[in-house]
Amino acid sequence: MTQPRTLYEKIWDAHVVERRDDGTCLVYIDRHLVHEVTSPQAFEGLRIAGRKVRRPDLTLAVPDHNLPTTARLDGAGNRLPIADPESAQQLAALERNAPEFGIKYIGATDAEQGIVHVVGPEQGFTLPGTTLVCGDSHTAAHGALGALAFGIGTSEVEHVLATQTLLLKPSKTMEIRVEGELGPGVTPKDVILHVIGVIGTAGGTGHVIEYRGKVFEEMSIEGRLTVSNMSIEGGARAGLFAPDEKTFAYVKGRPMAPKGADWDAAVAYWKTLATDEGASFDRSVVIDAADIAPSVTWGTSPEDVVSITSTVPAPESFADASKRAAAQKALDYMGLTAGQRMQDVTIDHVFIGSCTNSRIEDMRAAAAVVKGRKVASRIKQALIVPGSGLVKRQAEQEGLDRIFIDAGFEWREPGCSMCLAMNPDKVPAGERCASTSNRNFMGRQGPGARTHLVSPAMAAAAAITGHLTDIREFAEGEAA
Amino acid sequence: MEPIKTVEGRAYPLGVKNVDTDMIIAAKWLKGITRSGLGKGAFEAMRADPGNVFDDPEYAGSPILIAGDNFGCGSSREHAAWALIDMGVKVVIAPSFSDIFSGNAFKNGILTVALPQEAIDRLLEVAKTDPIHVDLEAQSVTTSFQDRFQFEIDPFRKSCLLGGLDEIGLTLSSTASIDAYEKDRESQQPWLTPELA
Repeated sequence: MTQPRTLYEKIWDAHVVERRDDGTCLVYIDRHLVHEVTSPQAFEGLRIAGRKVRRPDLTLAVPDHNLPTTARLDGAGNRLPIADPESAQQLAALERNAPEFGIKYIGATDAEQGIVHVVGPEQGFTLPGTTLVCGDSHTAAHGALGALAFGIGTSEVEHVLATQTLLLKPSKTMEIRVEGELGPGVTPKDVILHVIGVIGTAGGTGHVIEYRGKVFEEMSIEGRLTVSNMSIEGGARAGLFAPDEKTFAYVKGRPMAPKGADWDAAVAYWKTLATDEGASFDRSVVIDAADIAPSVTWGTSPEDVVSITSTVPAPESFADASKRAAAQKALDYMGLTAGQRMQDVTIDHVFIGSCTNSRIEDMRAAAAVVKGRKVASRIKQALIVPGSGLVKRQAEQEGLDRIFIDAGFEWREPGCSMCLAMNPDKVPAGERCASTSNRNFMGRQGPGARTHLVSPAMAAAAAITGHLTDIREFAEGEAA
Repeated sequence: MEPIKTVEGRAYPLGVKNVDTDMIIAAKWLKGITRSGLGKGAFEAMRADPGNVFDDPEYAGSPILIAGDNFGCGSSREHAAWALIDMGVKVVIAPSFSDIFSGNAFKNGILTVALPQEAIDRLLEVAKTDPIHVDLEAQSVTTSFQDRFQFEIDPFRKSCLLGGLDEIGLTLSSTASIDAYEKDRESQQPWLTPELA
């Protein structure tokens, strides 16, 4: 009888190529996603050293980070130039590097283009039980499908391209259980924001988080993608969900997923991956679902989370001296005062998108709130940016684009957009954004920009009212 | 990669907790296609504050940076490590580091030294007036006031940093094992190789 193992340990063990005396392992990488920002120097390194890509067939490249989200083709179907010369140069580098090294490339104007973390699962490139990496910390998202997926730096991108492996030390394991039933208006985004508020941004450092318990089992795959995506905001390089029937149904039939007899063999294997009864975790965090409210961030770290019905916390309320200083700095930056009601905070911009919340369920949740209403007059810009061309097309088939456009939103082309101020979509200094993205760091959405992280429904509600809004009251009070 | 054995010099006494990679190098600086020249964008937002440590002539060109807990959290951008290298920082001392950042730092020959908060507080004090000495071989941080703090480091990382070794070259010496693993994988789980259209 073998020792009971966790899901993480099973995937890890299946990928060890060599184990060194000090515990470091050479780990095989099954899938590698590449985008324009963290890859140019890796390809440059290969070229200088005269090295090839070991397994171009396990690598998929797609631009997303600094691609503008405005129209990419003119009326005649010709490609429009990118105004920013540096963005254009990075995109050109990827367009050159992918074919030169034999890598499949989804181009800026292809129907399947989108944010790498939306495209991977959508194309069936992401599979349960695989190791998947990308030069982006939100690679953690793919753990929703039971893939051990984590972000890497550019030197590691180069290492994977050249060797299809990484040198890694095993992580510690951490389980997060949410027990009980979620209340009305509480979405996967609220769950993960609450979890980060509880464990802190360094709470998962050195760990891989497995999300367990009824709430996560009942969650849709897209909801799981939102949760796993933000594992890194809790310090964990990866998050994991055990693959189940929902996972198999999601993956089946996707373009790069196994077919026929291969599919059956794959599913049989995937069913063996769940954490064994009696396996132990290095750390366990149990959260009562009843404690989770629709949530919002007030500060400049994703751990600065409160319920939408709360007030801005006073810096003195924190026990730790450095946290008190950080909170004061955050309030100054955010232009908020302790004791202010979160619901009274007025908003200038709304961003619905990013690898956290740009899938079809997110679009539907936002549309359900927006339908038949108008964006408040004080809102300077309300952006909806689908995560991929396929999400965009699906939303348009469902008529969601009309709902958004009629309400006064801008309906954009897929990309990372206003999540990270690398493309023309930015929040101006001193202005405030209700955003479905993942980071509220100082300057993240533009120098001096003030970010409040929320769910798609709450972002949509803020667009309509012009201030942070409790989605529960909104639905009850105005929808009828 | 430059080997690193001992580093002595002044240290930027930053001390701030949760220094994220957006603070180290903002997104607008990520658009290059080479690794060099990012020092001028390092800590840009902090440098907008008058009296910041980076523009204080007292600390100009310091090879060491002392920070608070959870240094390098956030994005995986290796530009954070390149920016530090480009501004001449070879050692970062903090109570803890994010996993991705410490890996990126190591791969670029930056030594990350984790020490308890009390040691950090003491070093921040010393750094205001005096140099700090870091010895990788001895795994120690010392000052001219008889302070001596020992630190832990992964033996593999230590030997790579001391020798300035190229990790890809090292891994390519294991090509036979990778070939064998792939062969095995192909026969047992052929569905892992996607059909690329």
